Amino acid sequence: MKIGIPKEVYAGEKRVATTPEVVGRLQKLGFTVAIESSAGLSAKFSDDAYRDAGAEIIADTKSLWSDSDIILKVRAPGPHPELGCDEVDLLNDKHTLISFIWPAQNEELLSRLATTKATVLAMDSVPRISRAQKMDALSSMANIGGYRAVVEAAQHFGRFFTGQITAAGKIPPAKVLVIGAGVAGLAAIGAAKSMGAIVRAFDTRPEVQEQVESMDAEFLLLDFEEDGSGSGGYAKTMSAEFIEAEMALFAEQAKEVDIIITTALIPGKPAPELITEAMVESMQDGSVIVDLAAEQGGNCKLTEKNEVVLKHGVSIIGYTDLPSRLATQASQLYSTNLRHLLTDMCPEKNGEIVVNMEDEAVRGATVINKGEITWPPPAPTLTAAPKAKEETLPEVIEEPKASLIPAPVKQFLPLVIAGLALYGLGSVAPASFMAHFTVFVLACFVGYMVIWNVTASLHTPLMSVTNAISSIIVIGALIQISAALPIIKILAGIGILITSINITGGFAVTQRMLRMFQK
Amino acid sequence: MSQGVITVSYIAATILFILALGGLSNQETARRGNLYGMIGMAIAIIATVSAPGVSSYLEIVVAMGIGGIIGYILAVKVDMTQMPELVAILHSLVGMAAVLVGYANFMDPTISFPTSVEKIIHEIEIYIGVLIGAVTFSGSIIAFGKLSGKIGGSPMLLPARHWLNLGLLLAAIWFGREFVHAAETGGGMQPLIIMTVIALIFGIHMVMAIGGADMPVVVSMLNSYSGWAASATGFMLSNDLLIVTGALVGSSGAILSYIMCRAMNRNFVAVIAGGFGTEGGSSSPTSTEDQGEVISVDTDEVAELLSEAKEIMIIPGYGMAVAQAQHTVNEITRTLKEKKINVRFGIHPVAGRMPGHMNVLLAEAKVPYDIVYEMDEINDDFPKIDVSIIIGANDIVNPSAQEDPNSPIAGMPVLECWKGKTTIVLKRSMATGYAGVQNPLFFKENTRMYFGDAKDSLDAVLKLLNS
Repeated sequence: MKIGIPKEVYAGEKRVATTPEVVGRLQKLGFTVAIESSAGLSAKFSDDAYRDAGAEIIADTKSLWSDSDIILKVRAPGPHPELGCDEVDLLNDKHTLISFIWPAQNEELLSRLATTKATVLAMDSVPRISRAQKMDALSSMANIGGYRAVVEAAQHFGRFFTGQITAAGKIPPAKVLVIGAGVAGLAAIGAAKSMGAIVRAFDTRPEVQEQVESMDAEFLLLDFEEDGSGSGGYAKTMSAEFIEAEMALFAEQAKEVDIIITTALIPGKPAPELITEAMVESMQDGSVIVDLAAEQGGNCKLTEKNEVVLKHGVSIIGYTDLPSRLATQASQLYSTNLRHLLTDMCPEKNGEIVVNMEDEAVRGATVINKGEITWPPPAPTLTAAPKAKEETLPEVIEEPKASLIPAPVKQFLPLVIAGLALYGLGSVAPASFMAHFTVFVLACFVGYMVIWNVTASLHTPLMSVTNAISSIIVIGALIQISAALPIIKILAGIGILITSINITGGFAVTQRMLRMFQK
Repeated sequence: MSQGVITVSYIAATILFILALGGLSNQETARRGNLYGMIGMAIAIIATVSAPGVSSYLEIVVAMGIGGIIGYILAVKVDMTQMPELVAILHSLVGMAAVLVGYANFMDPTISFPTSVEKIIHEIEIYIGVLIGAVTFSGSIIAFGKLSGKIGGSPMLLPARHWLNLGLLLAAIWFGREFVHAAETGGGMQPLIIMTVIALIFGIHMVMAIGGADMPVVVSMLNSYSGWAASATGFMLSNDLLIVTGALVGSSGAILSYIMCRAMNRNFVAVIAGGFGTEGGSSSPTSTEDQGEVISVDTDEVAELLSEAKEIMIIPGYGMAVAQAQHTVNEITRTLKEKKINVRFGIHPVAGRMPGHMNVLLAEAKVPYDIVYEMDEINDDFPKIDVSIIIGANDIVNPSAQEDPNSPIAGMPVLECWKGKTTIVLKRSMATGYAGVQNPLFFKENTRMYFGDAKDSLDAVLKLLNS
């Protein structure tokens, strides 16, 4: 099947759905790849790079669409400024379109797409199950967005992030508050932290506390019991009391921090308003708010979509194209997500895709199957969020086995038995035996003391050297070989021979090994 | 040489042997310790042959000469990966020598005793010496066969093997009684031979029932037996030097067995009884559970991960020895260290087929020993590690030992590599380790599987790192 990658038409969109590297990988799956000329230019991928990777370059947009079976895009189809028609109109029943669709927000688009009888897979609807993580484009884009948010904040923040003590005076570190510690939030925490800021984070889901703290940021806690974990790794709407407590916390933090990055989103709903005008007013002049939820209406009251506005001395950044601002890497990650999805859909590696509705990942992503709207999918059975603690607690509490013998007796019993056995032995054995026996027991103790000191890395040489010295048995054979009986002589002779192998072999190999241990 | 001088020589030899073992407490003193051992052995042999009554010098020189040459050739030729085999075969020789000396002593008509109790004790000593010697001999031969691949590594489990062992033990005791009775009237050879055969069968059966990865326990256990055999021979000959040396070796082997068992969280008796996980307990069906998907990577990504890391931990296992990858590992280590990357090695006590096996292999490849760490030394450092590389190891890095109380390896101490940022696992396939337990590590988010032969894969990585 032929994969076609048109140039993105949305104003300001710099990403491209496939990089030259991925072109090569797609060909290995059996696909042929065609790309609209200059589609990758804004993401710094030249037509030549695609050509070298084996892709066909097609200048005419319409023929690219009509020749291809699978269309890979970043943005949902929209009006084409040059052709004067909508991209949806270029689709027909043989097409499979894979791109972001946002079916919850774009129901009208969804129904128009359905009329084309094409099959449509939405990258934003890939379920959040562990198996589908490699195709989770939302996470890869959120990661980039979170990083870029800090860069944008730094641009508009007229001060250092890191604290310094110089001869000319002290510079305090910037304080950053990240609201919502999802993928974007964590990326923002990491970026701000590595620039030297003091980072605090808040999230309604208590399980992310550990992740936040592992990044060396401070997790702000509410004095309030409510778990905000929803399904699919997202948060859910909280109760009114909770929100009140939360807002009080933000109001207090707003007076202190220099930068607020908000990433709070609840799927399928407008973004919750967390930063009120009063909070913005209470912030110091020169502070920055980056609102990553601007697309969904914004977490801050004063956010204006796609704009940077200065209100009450605070710069409020409402860009919605943050991933596109790091177009090269965003394209790289997005195209890798696409490739993983296609790999899953093409199990035979023969260049033919199968829309397998039994496959949970493919089922989730498929919003239209041959003109039939299949969105929303049934709820995924597994979530990426860790299971609640109660479930993981082992229910098996073993009853300690009731022992007939009390513990202290059990502990000393072997010693008592051993002692009695020794006395028994001592009462019958002759003195000469007991003398040897004393030596034996003492030697065991010396051995015990000495061997525990041997370093574990020298256990192999220890074995070979003990091997060599245990051949001290040769002494027995040496005494016997002078005996008169020929049979004894022979036995002793063989004994000397084999123990000599052991003595030289053991010592020599130990020496060889020890020589190898070098600093 | 008078008896007094001989005794003093024996005391000197004893002290030198203790110093030899004590020297192994660290790498700097180890070589000197080995020298002490050699001197001790030389003193003991010279003192013995110069005793009155020893006259067959020609035979002694010939036998020692031939044996010495064979031993030296073996020691020089052996590959470090074959060390466990060499140690096993050398153990068998000690066992055999104990048997031979026991027989020779029994047949010697010149030994007489003042009391009958002493005579009985002497006969019991002979009997025990031969018994331990024979078990050591046949057990070591089988261990050698298993380690060198001449005999299949999987445990051979006879249906009623515990009863068989018990029967053999009772038979050995019964024939012991017969032997002492018969020896009083001058006979006894027949029960002695029958017991030797029983002991040989017992040794074979015991080691046959033990699987490949339990070999460290078996090898150290046989090491211990060879010591007890020497000790028993010492009792038989009333020779304190043999008793002391045997006791030193015996306790050394016993401690090693104990360390190995503890590192696997297994009972010594359970290991010796053979099989794995056969001692009941409800093993959970973790292997059949859907664990998710593994993420595999190619050479480019591995090389990239390595060169971008700051802290790298390499965890070798038996697979590295099999693939002979230790030299490539050293080359990679050196290349990375030149790039100012901190590379360390984490060694699990039971990695490989004998205690300390990995250390010797790495030393052979010239990996400096001060970057090679024991599990207990580095297990807390993993959160700071950027990349852990697992080379041919499986059970020793299995998180289910800690997370799944029903797992057959639950409670076994493991290297907690999954706490690091990324783990790269080099593996030939998705097969399970010795314990037959699926390893959830492979399915963790931060684990990358790098399939292929360890040596070929690492060679490719090295090439990329150098280019």
